[in-house]
Amino acid sequence: MSTSFPGPMLSEATAGICFVLILLVPFAAIGLALISAGLGRSRSAAHSMMASLMAIAVAATVYFIFGFSWQGFAGGPFHALIIGGKSWNWIAAEPFFMRGLQFNGTTSSLVALLQIFSVGLAALIPLGAGSDRWRLGAICISSALLAGWTYPIFAHWIWSDGWLAQLGTNYGIGHGFVDAGGSSSIHVVGGLTALSTAWILGPRRGKYSAEGMPSAVPGHNAVLVILGCLLATIGWCGLNSAGAILFAHAEMGRSVLVVINTLLAGASAGMTAAAITQVRFGKPDGSLTVNGWIGGLVASSAACAFVKPAAALVIGIVAGALVTFAVEWFEFELKVDDPGGSISVHAAAGLWGILAVGLLGRFPVDPLFPGNLPGTDSGQWLAQLIGIATLFGFVLPVTYGLNFLLNRVYRQRVDIEGERQGMDLHELGADAYPDFVTHADEFMQR
Amino acid sequence: MKLAGFLLLLAGWALVLATPPLLGPGTERAAFVLAGVGIEIIGLVLVARAHLPVPEGRT
Repeated sequence: MSTSFPGPMLSEATAGICFVLILLVPFAAIGLALISAGLGRSRSAAHSMMASLMAIAVAATVYFIFGFSWQGFAGGPFHALIIGGKSWNWIAAEPFFMRGLQFNGTTSSLVALLQIFSVGLAALIPLGAGSDRWRLGAICISSALLAGWTYPIFAHWIWSDGWLAQLGTNYGIGHGFVDAGGSSSIHVVGGLTALSTAWILGPRRGKYSAEGMPSAVPGHNAVLVILGCLLATIGWCGLNSAGAILFAHAEMGRSVLVVINTLLAGASAGMTAAAITQVRFGKPDGSLTVNGWIGGLVASSAACAFVKPAAALVIGIVAGALVTFAVEWFEFELKVDDPGGSISVHAAAGLWGILAVGLLGRFPVDPLFPGNLPGTDSGQWLAQLIGIATLFGFVLPVTYGLNFLLNRVYRQRVDIEGERQGMDLHELGADAYPDFVTHADEFMQR
Repeated sequence: MKLAGFLLLLAGWALVLATPPLLGPGTERAAFVLAGVGIEIIGLVLVARAHLPVPEGRT
């Protein structure tokens, strides 16, 4: 067991600002929960919000009990393999129940706080893909698997001086894998779990005809979706800024750049999605515009501290276009039923965000940036590509395998009657909108 | 097909993992990483094809 270099100590003022920024992160969770509920059917709206609440609760609790033990923090104890004389830091060795931490504003305690919120955010992402057919009990267990294993192990590799972060110091590959705000560990990990969930659950009944053509199942409340998008933007500003300070060792002043980049990426992605849908369908599509916007925010997370605002605009434009076409591609070509667009928004846009660090990132050594990202600029794209390969080669098989095994012992999909009746009545015993007749079975093929 | 796809994902990652310690900086290292990613893409295609749903009404 060893310890690594902890990075610079935070001043009291920086720690205080960082604490406030972290308190903004729940807005991102509120936003994602509202989007997921709004894009689902009205008869599953209460279930969707309840599932969001439970996913956050289970994820935070499991992460507190043992998830943080595997993730740890830079400077904390870890286990390493020695390969070719180089240390490969692969897992942390923190005690369970966060017993090794002092909750007094130290960097490690702020990291733990941010991570409790972040793991909840990651657990929310698959809900959009499993909408209208994923049982509440299965959601809770799946969230526990994500928070206890998949998320903390990958997060350790990139944020706690793990082997991916050390590719720069060990092998001279750029500055090692860089992701300030969590495009990879939060969003791609969540997005790949969403993909696994959608595969395991299968499409909703009536979604695909006998010829394999998808039918439109519109979301039930556009207002919730757009409000969710606006709230999520606030949360992302906090998430990216706090991540830049804690994981990229950016000085507090750089938060201004981070917030501007985050907003520009989200806004340009939203405008791109609106423009594309206007050109293709004659009218801007609200749900795709929101998904595009969130995709821009997701893509901005990795590079937010390392790009100029003009580059953030480019990241957003590409993310907006990518999400718009990816949603269609998953639905029409791969026959993946993802009502909330979680896979396109979080996995596809997140992957682009990771790659954007290598293509557009600049790592200046300036007074605002104390140069704590060792290595050189050359080969950064290769470090990012190794991270992407790890997401597909490790995270996807692990998250799919865990959810596949779960499905064997505890069926994740609701029965046919439950799907017809709606998740609200079937699982919760009460509708979200009991005073209104809000739905008919026009989309169900009996 | 699904199992083969996941095995290819793991195999591609193993190739990528082995590259930094075995090869020094240069085009060879990049080529091996790209080859590993290529293998992963083939694995992804197989996994995705294995999950194409059977149309309703057909057995």
